[in-house]
Amino acid sequence: MKKILMLAVATAIGLAIAASAKAEMKRVAIKPPNGHALSEIISGYEYRSKETKVLQDDDIQNPGFIWVEQGEELWSQTDGSAGKSCASCHDDATESMATVGTVYPKWDDKVGKPVSLEQRINTCRKDNMGAKPWKWESGPLLSMTTYVRHQSRGKPVNVSAEGPAASWAERGKKLYYQRVGQLDMACSSCHEDNYGNRIRADMLSQGQSNGFPTYRFKWQKIGSIHRRFKGCMKNIRATPYKVGSDEFVALELYLATRGVGLPVETPAVRN
Amino acid sequence: MQQLTRRQMLALGSGAAVITMLPVAPILAAGSEFEMRVKKFAGTAMIREGGIELDLPEIAENGNTVPMSVSVGSPMTKADHVQQVMVLAEGNPLPGVITFNFSHMSGSAEASTRMRLAKTQNVVAVARMSDGSVRMVKSVVKVTIGGCGG
Amino acid sequence: MAKSKPRIKVPKKAAKGDVITLKTLISHKMESGQRKDKKGEKIPRQIINKFTCEFNGATVFSCDIEPAVSANPYLQFTAKIEESGEFQFTWTADNGDVFKKSQKITVA
Repeated sequence: MKKILMLAVATAIGLAIAASAKAEMKRVAIKPPNGHALSEIISGYEYRSKETKVLQDDDIQNPGFIWVEQGEELWSQTDGSAGKSCASCHDDATESMATVGTVYPKWDDKVGKPVSLEQRINTCRKDNMGAKPWKWESGPLLSMTTYVRHQSRGKPVNVSAEGPAASWAERGKKLYYQRVGQLDMACSSCHEDNYGNRIRADMLSQGQSNGFPTYRFKWQKIGSIHRRFKGCMKNIRATPYKVGSDEFVALELYLATRGVGLPVETPAVRN
Repeated sequence: MQQLTRRQMLALGSGAAVITMLPVAPILAAGSEFEMRVKKFAGTAMIREGGIELDLPEIAENGNTVPMSVSVGSPMTKADHVQQVMVLAEGNPLPGVITFNFSHMSGSAEASTRMRLAKTQNVVAVARMSDGSVRMVKSVVKVTIGGCGG
Repeated sequence: MAKSKPRIKVPKKAAKGDVITLKTLISHKMESGQRKDKKGEKIPRQIINKFTCEFNGATVFSCDIEPAVSANPYLQFTAKIEESGEFQFTWTADNGDVFKKSQKITVA
């Protein structure tokens, strides 16, 4: 009797495995919290080809790791009048930065605004190291941002749009749904209403930000989410806001809330 | 809910070639640099088709980075091994991609890299064995061009 | 970008006779010589054109690289391990820059 039961269990497991193998083509989605704008939350990873996924998944094949390693080097290099490095205060990034990449953009009381991770790094350089802020999209700022956010890889995005950040998220939401440009399109036109559909040859994703900074084949390097915003705006023939602008930080904050719970993938690989 | 109009779709995809299949060109286009490279590589040897594997995506998401692997079955001994595998992209402005030089210490005649493909085209790999014989294989890759830039 | 930096993945141990897989990636723009700048002038070619892998001084694998290899070139290949020793990887660029990286492997 026991044997038969075991056999039945084994068969059931076998069937379950067969079923999951069949479902391999299905995109992994997570269930959003109540009241969320999306009925399912899906990483951009799920919309890429198997070849692109392989590149992201192997840390040696993934070219984004060039920037992770450069950031790691910069972490312990002293810079500025205070003679400090990041490590002087934050010690081992694998511990001190372990969840930092899940919570940015984050409210900053000092400036009375939410700040992106790039801005937080530069504030630290200016105020605590006496060093010059790095330029947006420069090698060092991309490297450090990538290195810091990479420490949170695999951990769920946990950005907060509560308290004083709420009005900024609201502002970001307005931007997200605001039709602009000659093509009269909003972020939502592609990434909410049409994700999973193709624009000619290109597969539209939900436009999630959990993989940024991301290595794009198009760029042949890593880039920030603000660079991606600019590109999207140009595509719809709109005048882009500036990288590091209040508009883009508000949009980045709101976008992050749309992807809450997705694992950080930095450095992700996209086409 | 916004349904994308035909105008929006066309504008967003401008410069984006819809995936097309090129008519399969003869394996050697006469008089081209591509042909010269193959002839120079093969020397006086007869080119045998097959006996070499070329692994490429059927559709490349972006022509800037197309993963490519070659492998040739061989005992890889001092007496009998694969010497070289040359990879060419027939439809690129310059056909040359890479030449892998193996030795009996390689253990296998397998190598991978990532390549740039300007458009949908044939990729060709030619292998020369230590006995002087030459093998060739070709594979078509459809390249997605354009789409959403930025 | 800053100076090119090679990355490698080589097993630290192997059994005699094993065929191991080696993976390498180096940061490099691989400027093809086919592109034009904003003024319409050709940007001169500047690529990594040669890669070699030596083991205890003997060449195991090498390749001649052309501009159609993607930026940040990735190379994967194999080697048969008969004894303990050291791998030496060398990348050579058009401008004469040479980048090297090495790693030891022990035959158990």
